[in-house]
Amino acid sequence: MTDEKSFVEIRHAQKAFGSLEVLKDISLSVAQGQIVGIIGSSGSGKSTLLRAINDLDPLTGGEVWLDGVQVNQKLPHRQYEKHINQMRQQVGMVFQHFNLFPHMTARENVKMAPMMLKGLSQEEANALAEEQLDHVGLLERIDYYPSQLSGGQKQRVAIARALAMKPKLMLFDEATSALDPELVEEVNQVMRKLAEQHMTMIIVTHEMDFAASVCDRVLFMDQGVVVEEGPPAILFTNPTQPRTREFLRKHLEGAK
Amino acid sequence: MLKVYPFFLEAAWLTIVLSVLTAVLGLICGTLAAFARLSRFAVLRFTAAAYVSLFRGTPALIQLFILYFGGPQIGIQLDAFEAGVIGLGINAGAYMAETIRGGIISIDKGQREAARTLGLSHWQAMHKIILPQAARLMVRPLGVNLNMLIKATALVAAISVVELTYTAQRYIGSTYKPFEMFLLAGVLYMIIIYVTGRGVAWLDRKVQIT
Repeated sequence: MTDEKSFVEIRHAQKAFGSLEVLKDISLSVAQGQIVGIIGSSGSGKSTLLRAINDLDPLTGGEVWLDGVQVNQKLPHRQYEKHINQMRQQVGMVFQHFNLFPHMTARENVKMAPMMLKGLSQEEANALAEEQLDHVGLLERIDYYPSQLSGGQKQRVAIARALAMKPKLMLFDEATSALDPELVEEVNQVMRKLAEQHMTMIIVTHEMDFAASVCDRVLFMDQGVVVEEGPPAILFTNPTQPRTREFLRKHLEGAK
Repeated sequence: MLKVYPFFLEAAWLTIVLSVLTAVLGLICGTLAAFARLSRFAVLRFTAAAYVSLFRGTPALIQLFILYFGGPQIGIQLDAFEAGVIGLGINAGAYMAETIRGGIISIDKGQREAARTLGLSHWQAMHKIILPQAARLMVRPLGVNLNMLIKATALVAAISVVELTYTAQRYIGSTYKPFEMFLLAGVLYMIIIYVTGRGVAWLDRKVQIT
């Protein structure tokens, strides 16, 4: 079992596509309410690690535990499906490209899963959708289709959709990378609000400023390993590893 | 000449009935084969792939002849109409299978991932998220399949089903007017196909997401 403090625990995570090792023995422990940022260049394995947490990209070695239950259990197909669907209901995920369901309105996007999986009635589900969309400031767009929304609005609906399942943990996979610069802040604000509510979050991001301001800990990944980790105040201002310094220097140049 | 019209209209009706039955059977076979090709079981994938390549790789006329003339030899007794519907339906299914499979796999994988991360099962995601979107994409290509299968019903004249083409041939004997007879059949086919095409276009507009 995991020790009490550890809410999400990754043990010796390995992932290989043939001879290509994407994750090389990564261990990570996240306490309840903690906000962890993962930074690194593309191809560093940070998205793969995030997607391993709900077994979207299954590991080839190692274990993932959530709240005392192993996520990536080796089970016969039917049992595994039942188990993983149960686990995933507790983990909200937000994608770079939103992945809203285009044939459903914002309301329907949000209420679909709670109705299907938790047996909410129409009235309960409508109330839930209104509540969640209100939280992200989109109550007035509740009956719009995704194609009628801006990128920032789409991502806020996607966050509301994930939160409607009342997850214990939220995963963000470059949630603002596909957005026009002027739309980034409205999504960041929603994430900050979640941070204030002490939601446990793991955030893969390219935005150093945002990571610095909301995360309790930041991990720098490169070539499938965690090179360095620490509180943002230290990692961003005083990194000990040359690779971290190099990455941050390049990133600052890129931002100018 | 006027005397033949009622017979042609009756024959056109039979062509429509044949087309509808063929389309329904084709959709059933096509859907089953499409899902089999996407199955996680290799046996199903292989069987469906074999079905598709076999029925797309041989002339429909040969398939009809084997079923109707060859069938009795292996204990399959069908009248001409039954053989026509079953033969054409299975043939159309092979083409529709590819259309349906294409529609399903063209949906962005992010849609499936979003559904699965919410906790939906494979079939719940298929039913609620993938198929409603794929079905919209399939309307036009399935319309093409429908167009082809309506024209393919002319083949069952060769096993003496009294549909349009057979009727045209039959009245050449008594009227000595092959040009008019085949032209009349052609016009009736065209009307059927035009109306069907408009129906497909209407449906396609109706199901588009705003």
